[in-house]
Amino acid sequence: MNKQSEIQNPKSEIQLGILGRKIGMTQLFGEDRRLIPVTVISTDPCLVVQLKDMDSDGYKAVQLGFEKQKEKSTTKSLRGHFKKANVSPMKNLREFRLDDISGYNPGQEIKADGFFKPGEYVDVTGTSKGKGFAGVIKRWGFKGGKASHGSMFHRAPGSIGSSAWPSRVYKGKRLPGRLGGKRSTIQNLEVVKIETEKNLLLVRGATPGRKGTLLIIRKAKKK
Amino acid sequence: MDILRELTQEQLKTNLVDFRPGDTIRVEVKVVEGNKERIQPFEGIVIKRCGGGITETFTVRRVSYGMGVERTFPLHSPNVDNIKVISRGKVRRAKLYYLRDRRGKAAQVKRKITPRSSTPSS
Repeated sequence: MNKQSEIQNPKSEIQLGILGRKIGMTQLFGEDRRLIPVTVISTDPCLVVQLKDMDSDGYKAVQLGFEKQKEKSTTKSLRGHFKKANVSPMKNLREFRLDDISGYNPGQEIKADGFFKPGEYVDVTGTSKGKGFAGVIKRWGFKGGKASHGSMFHRAPGSIGSSAWPSRVYKGKRLPGRLGGKRSTIQNLEVVKIETEKNLLLVRGATPGRKGTLLIIRKAKKK
Repeated sequence: MDILRELTQEQLKTNLVDFRPGDTIRVEVKVVEGNKERIQPFEGIVIKRCGGGITETFTVRRVSYGMGVERTFPLHSPNVDNIKVISRGKVRRAKLYYLRDRRGKAAQVKRKITPRSSTPSS
């Protein structure tokens, strides 16, 4: 046995997730007649494309495919990859590293319905909206200065350190720069509803990214 | 966009009364007190309608005991039991925020009762 596989942190139990696409946000009236803000995620059934194990790959993982693609727009090498699992070509492949991959077979369907239940909590991962080059107020939440009353300090970052010592700017100093367009995870979103026929997952609150963003939905880590 | 509309379709009210900014309406709101539910009316001028679909809201303004009170309701909320149009108003804009700056009879009563031929008031 490999030593790595023996040392397992029970807390860092990684779960299989599903893939989805953000459709947009709307509102629904809940049972208490209050409006619930929901994000609608379309989840075509994900298919298991490949299982990775210790012997062949050095780690254990389940590879999921999402959204069918035309045969002709798939590269030849990928076509072979899908053929191995006996599934149709797909647009997206994502891997989930698991401690235990038994119980999964190539070609197996994983649906939102059955995987999640309404009332459960999920973590949603995606690429956030790109905000471009952002200043220090938007990017790091600095307070900024007064707008008027003679103030000449508005949205600038201010002092970025001392002078003779250390005579350099510390690494990690919060400064203006590119904001957004990065992978981000929103934790503990409640599953409001699952539409089985349309394969839709309705989650309370906002998820990263714009409409059409590819999302990874896992069971909540902290709930 | 279509999917979002489909999802909310069943929660939309179908028997809605037609009312516009400027109209005086009476909103009957369900209020839960303890374990009892009763209906509380709120009467005033509609100063705006906002949004579309299930997110649509309207705001009603009234002056009670000299204090301006505005309440915003989700149009399709199950808590909004009934809406009755008391009188139609004649206004020239969609958002009647200017009513907030006006006081007293002359300033506030800006609406005329004009029978709208197409829509009988309910």
